[in-house]
Amino acid sequence: MLQISISQSDGTPIYFQLLRQIKHLIAMGRLQPGDELPPVRVLAQQLVINPNTVVRAYRELEAAGLIYMRRGAGTYVSDGAVPYSDTECKRILSERVDALIVESRNLGYSMDQVADLLRERDNALGIEQRNQEEGTPDGKS
Amino acid sequence: MESHEPETVVEVVGLSRSFGRKEALRDVTLRVARGQVFGLVGENGAGKTTLIHHVLGAYKAKTGSVRVFGIDPVYDPTAVLAKIGYLSEDRDLPGWMRVGELMRYTQAFYPKWDEAYAERLREEFELPVDSRIRTLSRGEKAKAGLLVALAHRPELLLLDEPSSGLDAIARQDILAAVVRTVAEEGRTVVFSSHLLDEVERVADHVAMIHEGRVTLDASMDTIKNTHRKYVVRWPEPRVEIPELPGVIRAVGDGREWGLVCEGDEQAFAEAVRKSGGEIVESSVPTLEAVFVARASA
Repeated sequence: MLQISISQSDGTPIYFQLLRQIKHLIAMGRLQPGDELPPVRVLAQQLVINPNTVVRAYRELEAAGLIYMRRGAGTYVSDGAVPYSDTECKRILSERVDALIVESRNLGYSMDQVADLLRERDNALGIEQRNQEEGTPDGKS
Repeated sequence: MESHEPETVVEVVGLSRSFGRKEALRDVTLRVARGQVFGLVGENGAGKTTLIHHVLGAYKAKTGSVRVFGIDPVYDPTAVLAKIGYLSEDRDLPGWMRVGELMRYTQAFYPKWDEAYAERLREEFELPVDSRIRTLSRGEKAKAGLLVALAHRPELLLLDEPSSGLDAIARQDILAAVVRTVAEEGRTVVFSSHLLDEVERVADHVAMIHEGRVTLDASMDTIKNTHRKYVVRWPEPRVEIPELPGVIRAVGDGREWGLVCEGDEQAFAEAVRKSGGEIVESSVPTLEAVFVARASA
């Protein structure tokens, strides 16, 4: 099941919330090339939203080359789908890094210490991920 | 079909209606296209139910006209009602009947009743065949009402406050059933609700009724694209805001004001700048925010 949630307190159009979250799932690798997206009516029912809204989000994802639809045979994530351009990736990461730098300064960490910590955590996460992949061979439930 | 012009399922033109001195509807004009999920929003007593009763042919249009599938529902109720599935606000189901009896009873009125579908809905809604309607919970009554509205696979589903008075779970079930109905091709849904968040989720067209008048009639997309919510800050406290284009409602006192606006963003930003103010927040408003702004403007 796609882990998507529609926020009611946010005025952002629902199709856009959907678009953004699916892009994000692709960028994170939680949706892999060749993965099948749920049929329109299934996702519409799951999220209790208008099916036309799902159609619209899928169409835009298709126009962006992120997914492709096979008539009567489902919707899939494209090979080599790159949801964000280099500049967009950099912008998203920069925001996170800026927040990290501010927090580090407040806590009295030097840049070298932060860099060490980044490497240390990268290592730790790498091991966790490998363990997870061995645990569930298809990586999904 | 040759034309891509959407086919009109419901057409209301210049409809006015008074009860004694109270004006319930004033010059209402609306069109519902095939396949649309049309949300009718407004406070209790705004005129939504009166409008729905006209569509059903329960009221005769005295001023203006009502056509459903191109037919006047007052002159040919059989032709119109056979194509409509209707859930009334007070779910006027016979309390003494058992669920199974209600199903057989309603089936008799509809030649197109789909027995297998009715049974599937009953199982999905977890309605016990032998329970008397009066012993059902509010949520179950709503589901029973929806079942008999859906089981003859109507072309038009007309729901008057389908989730009023229901808990979150029952509401979700009802809405999911509505969504499923829409997903089946060619079905049209008109539903009234004062719960703006659920209208925002499922409707693709919205008409706002306030004190008997239509104050907004547009697609959800248009509403989202043409309305914005701002927080504007001025250097000095103010008792009212300066003249700005497109303001529907401004709330605040002092330096910061919250505004719901319609129209050109650049023209608005320009006018704010000229007035010495600064836009500190800008976002798309929820349907609820748009409605509240319009209802209290």
